[in-house]
Amino acid sequence: MGLKRNVSLLTGLRYKGQGPMLTFVLHRIGGLGMGIFVTIHILASFVGGEIGGFANNIYTHWLFQIFIFFCALFHGINGLRITILDLWPKLIQYQREAIWVEWAVFIPVYTLAVIVILQTALGG
Amino acid sequence: MKQRSLSLKARGFNFEMFMWIVTRLTALAMYALLLTAVIGALIMGARTQMNIADVIRWSFMPNSSHVQSTNVPDLAPWSTTFWRLLASAFLFIAVAHGTHGLVVIADDYIVSSRGRNIVRFFSIVMVIAMTAMGLYVLWTA
Repeated sequence: MGLKRNVSLLTGLRYKGQGPMLTFVLHRIGGLGMGIFVTIHILASFVGGEIGGFANNIYTHWLFQIFIFFCALFHGINGLRITILDLWPKLIQYQREAIWVEWAVFIPVYTLAVIVILQTALGG
Repeated sequence: MKQRSLSLKARGFNFEMFMWIVTRLTALAMYALLLTAVIGALIMGARTQMNIADVIRWSFMPNSSHVQSTNVPDLAPWSTTFWRLLASAFLFIAVAHGTHGLVVIADDYIVSSRGRNIVRFFSIVMVIAMTAMGLYVLWTA
């Protein structure tokens, strides 16, 4: 079966995939996060009423906004990198540099967004 | 560097290969739709009537109920047929891209052909159900 890999979880976490491995894991987390969010959001909007309103109110919470913006922004930027490197395969040798560029875009944009979200949520 | 990948002809073109390129192209398409929604919002007065969070919310799904809580004076220009069509296109593309992504993740853990068939069956059900419910919400709002 797929889960039998003869490797412990700790060994798996110590796997030296480094930068590319980290983006792979975060891309999955981001995609899963957005997938679950969009599914519940469409269901809630379709059902409407009190139940739908309750589900959709979770999304206005600042903690959720920080999480879902991480998912969307990282998945978007990393996805653009994957798309560019895959459609122009000659660029694949610059993958590590591309990942550095990715973080250089992600960190400032995400930090600014988190500051704005926190200011709106906690500053009133 | 010598090209190590096989040519498309030698590799063969199957459904998985098709979905691989579809995933990349829909990613680019979603960037285009997102930019269209941002530019449209700015033309319709988002600069003074909305904050950045509301613009992002609108851009991810250009549905007029996403700008209801802002200072936009009239929802009419935000709920035109153009925006509904754009939102529907976004819905189709995002559901296909997302569901295929979930199948790819599931395939890493479910390896029996029976399990994979079940995953594929549910993925098709999910695509149809999500698209139908999304279209209903978009066109009746």
